[in-house]
Amino acid sequence: MSAGRSPILELQGITKSFGGVEALRGVDFALLPGEIHGLVGENGAGKSTLMKIIAGVHTEFSGRFLIDGKETHFRSARDAHAAGIAMVHQELSVAPDLTVAENVFLGNQPTNALGLVQWRRMAREAGEQLARFGIDVDPMSRLGDLPIGLQQLIEIARVLFSGARIVILDEPTSALSPPEVERLFTTLRRLREDGTAIVFISHFIEDILLVSDTVTVFRNGRKVAETASAATSKGALIEAMIGRGGEALEHSYTDDLMLPQPSDSTVVLKADQLSLARSLKDVSFEARAGEVLGIYGFMGCGQQELSRILFGKLKPDGGTLVVDGTPKTFASTAAARRAGVALVPESRRDMLFHQEPVYKNISISILDRISSLLLKPTQERDIARRQVEQLQIRPPVVGLDLGMLSGGNQQKVALAKWLTYPPRLLVLCEPTRGMDVGAKNDVINIVRDLRARGLAIIVLSTEPETVLSLADRILVLKRGALVREFKNEPVSKDRLLEAA
Amino acid sequence: MASSETAFAEAHRARGLAPFLRSQMRNIAPFLTLIFLSAFFAFASPSFATLDNLGNILTQVSVTGIIAVGLTFVILCAEIDLSIASIANVTGIAVAYFTLQESYVNIANIPLPGAVAIILSILLCALLGLVNALGLTVIGIPSFIMTLAMMQIAAGISALLVRGQIAYKVPSLITTLGSGSIGGIPWIVIVAAIMLLGGHLVLTYTRFGRYVYMVGGNREAAEYSGLNVKLILGAVMVISAVCSGIGGMLGVAHFGSAQQNEFDTYLLDSIAAVVVGGTSLFGGRGGIGNTIVGLFVLGVLNNGLDHVNIDSFLKILIRGLILLAALIINVYAQRLREKAAE
Repeated sequence: MSAGRSPILELQGITKSFGGVEALRGVDFALLPGEIHGLVGENGAGKSTLMKIIAGVHTEFSGRFLIDGKETHFRSARDAHAAGIAMVHQELSVAPDLTVAENVFLGNQPTNALGLVQWRRMAREAGEQLARFGIDVDPMSRLGDLPIGLQQLIEIARVLFSGARIVILDEPTSALSPPEVERLFTTLRRLREDGTAIVFISHFIEDILLVSDTVTVFRNGRKVAETASAATSKGALIEAMIGRGGEALEHSYTDDLMLPQPSDSTVVLKADQLSLARSLKDVSFEARAGEVLGIYGFMGCGQQELSRILFGKLKPDGGTLVVDGTPKTFASTAAARRAGVALVPESRRDMLFHQEPVYKNISISILDRISSLLLKPTQERDIARRQVEQLQIRPPVVGLDLGMLSGGNQQKVALAKWLTYPPRLLVLCEPTRGMDVGAKNDVINIVRDLRARGLAIIVLSTEPETVLSLADRILVLKRGALVREFKNEPVSKDRLLEAA
Repeated sequence: MASSETAFAEAHRARGLAPFLRSQMRNIAPFLTLIFLSAFFAFASPSFATLDNLGNILTQVSVTGIIAVGLTFVILCAEIDLSIASIANVTGIAVAYFTLQESYVNIANIPLPGAVAIILSILLCALLGLVNALGLTVIGIPSFIMTLAMMQIAAGISALLVRGQIAYKVPSLITTLGSGSIGGIPWIVIVAAIMLLGGHLVLTYTRFGRYVYMVGGNREAAEYSGLNVKLILGAVMVISAVCSGIGGMLGVAHFGSAQQNEFDTYLLDSIAAVVVGGTSLFGGRGGIGNTIVGLFVLGVLNNGLDHVNIDSFLKILIRGLILLAALIINVYAQRLREKAAE
């Protein structure tokens, strides 16, 4: 497959450490022109560190770095860019207030002799580029008005068409709907024909197997496997990633899963005809004690808005919420919290204090239960220690700044803050997004334990696996409306995707 | 569990002194500035490093200190209050307005018993703070603009009350606290110290204080944690206005008169004290301890420049430059801390 082609990029014996901790140990990595190279590994395995070295973000490391067979050393991301290397980071980095065309041409707008921007030309060319990608939008519309998935596609398109010879995509599909993923893959394959080398990082191993030619597996800062995609399987890759039998840990959810008999326990929350501008239309449902209600839908289907309404962060235009039999209109998130509603949003950044120690992050939502006027730091730390132990948060140091924890452990802290005095209703948005298999399982177990303790839980996710692994009953939300309920019947990934 | 915790903490500490110092830059830099300035003036002028002069400095920073207590709360929440000096002025004028003046003072005022005058004046500044709070939280006007408007409103009320005249009398309690002393220590210094201490205790040991830091550290997260962010923001605006009002009343007694534009320099001085002390303009970091160091830096600078032979017009420029330096450190300290946290 790769015979006769020489690598466009070659790394030999790369070692990189952060403050005495080795993030990469003697890694060799080669990238061929016209190759899609998949990269898998648990969080913290070293994938992103290696990519940041390639993209010139990390400039201090040991080992050899060759481009077209010539030894090179980037001093900045600018150098890497000049060498034809472009990267799409996991977090969206677009300018929402600029037009689509301006975003596509960000940093190199076409100008005339006077240095003035040629708007018409820019709009035309942006439209053409996006059309090649199968994106049909008005190039002069404001980017921030488009759905998130589309924004991400436009950002990817910008990088793909920037003329880079090496393109690195970090988790590009997590915010995309299946048809959008398909469009992305078609484009990637076309670029491969043109000789572009593509690195594709993803937690979705199916995606990796589908689109890449070669897969490299990282574990604990080492490369543990490199194989042709055609010659491996999801199970084998997971096993290489986590270094233990992977089959039991990650269901594929392709087979039917039987949902249990619906519970007839007390109704904790009753939502009736909720609606919100363009996001939600007459959404009605009930959440019961001791039951996990899954709400599945593609990105932009209104899940985010729904979760914010339940927690008093957004006011619905119409409809009512009844909590424990009492109609509620939440004036603030504090009111929702007092009524026994808790929310863990999809973005950890939004609900955690990175510069504060772990124990303050855990105690913030229950301070009024611990102390009336004066703080009781000893008690706060004790409570935090119990949570840290119970949820196996690592490192187990409650005085450490939250920012020092890994993503999966931060997510556990986000859960921990609601668990000392459990709420009546716990709303979880994307509880396992971006987590490695081990952390995912921990979170699943925590949620199951909470269900056993009688909480009503709502899990909203755009990943079918998340909903399938947790929910007792599943609602499908499509363009702001509930279109299907799965209960006491077989359900699978296919059936969910079909309904959405 | 506990042992692994200590072990980790030690391993963490063993990463070295440099990262620790970097993360503490916010607190260290202002302190070094203070030591450097004190040493410089002590060397440059024999009259600077005396006990008498220390008393002078303390007295000189007292009014600023009282105002800065409330402002520290506001800045910790990543908001700003530009109306502090105007509110101080109008409260000082109000307390004189409600006091019987000498016959030669030509103000149509309403003399009331001292206690009533003081209570009404405090209610006035609390009310103005409440207007700030409502504008910020209910209507959603950025604090920068809201308090800019309040600055004018309070100045307008001041102008209407005194109509270009000067009042001299204030209730006797205010006169004592503003210009009297006990055992050689001016009451105004004692009041400032008590208020600074009170502010520190509230910020450090109460639930409300924790909320202030958390709202300033990450407002979005505070809201997602179920805190009533608007209530907390509103409260700090009222606290700021009341502190300003108290500073204004004592200031009037201290200066011996109540008139228009009397406190104009206190706006910049108070903001400078808080920021020079190292409290982050981005919120969530700093505190009254920082404000005290900032007050001393400004106090030593203002006082010291009088002791050395220097063009009095140059003083203004020097103060501006020092403030700029503090702002640079403030921004860099934030960046270094973020780096240290990575």
